[in-house]
Amino acid sequence: MNKVRALIVDDSSVMRKIVERSIRQAGIDLAEVREAANGAEGLGALKSGTVDLILCDINMPVMDGIEFLRQLQAVETAKGVPVVMITTEGSESHVVQALSMGARGYIRKPFTPEQVKEHVIPLLGSKS
Amino acid sequence: MKTVNEFNKSDTVPEDWQPLLELATREVFEIMLGCKLESQPGQGQAPPEFTAMVGLAGQLCGLLTLRCSAESAALMASKMLGATVSQADEQMWDAIGEIANMVAGNFKNKLTGMADRCMLSVPTVITGSDYSCRSMADTGPLEVNLAFEGAAITVAVEIHS
Repeated sequence: MNKVRALIVDDSSVMRKIVERSIRQAGIDLAEVREAANGAEGLGALKSGTVDLILCDINMPVMDGIEFLRQLQAVETAKGVPVVMITTEGSESHVVQALSMGARGYIRKPFTPEQVKEHVIPLLGSKS
Repeated sequence: MKTVNEFNKSDTVPEDWQPLLELATREVFEIMLGCKLESQPGQGQAPPEFTAMVGLAGQLCGLLTLRCSAESAALMASKMLGATVSQADEQMWDAIGEIANMVAGNFKNKLTGMADRCMLSVPTVITGSDYSCRSMADTGPLEVNLAFEGAAITVAVEIHS
């Protein structure tokens, strides 16, 4: 399995750690984990180079996950990088909005490591 | 179950929302902390040392609060992070806020027709016991008292009808 570079965007540092642990528990070998506390920081974290996977919350201060998705479309280093939303917002309209803006998956909190595995592994292709 | 529209025509929180609030709380602790909450036979309220608040806006307006002792907040953080209590000590504000956020989201997603019509605020956590909290809600609180590792926690929802 190739090593994966991941960007985790969530305003809760505890949740960022839980997401990272869940990815590792899914059997994904992480080479690098970048963390960001909101969408703006997430965009900034991509300036130093691309990643293989982005996991992003929706409700965040400064820049929320939907605006992050919108602005991500113009980021060269993020072209083709799968984004999975991980959020408490379970509404159908949020799911549709996120998927229409380029998200490839949607996980509702609370979540199990199995759910992370189920949603993330298929997106990594040869990386997984 | 009473629908959102029916609730909006009355001034009381539907009784059948109480088990949904309890289930939403139990699920979050079981999935994210790996522990089962116990029922509180005496229905004692948690000491208000840590209070996490999440606002509800939209068709359902109000406030969800999660109250617990400082010791319980530290233990929650340690269980979420898989670390010792002393290692997780500085993360307890973040942890209890995130738990309240997940309980609020899980609760509203269980209410028929509410997932799309109610938004959540980012959580706020206050500490100390010498304060009072007034949400301006016009209904009595819907309250669940449970035991987390032997200590009382209280989850309450106050609604503007």
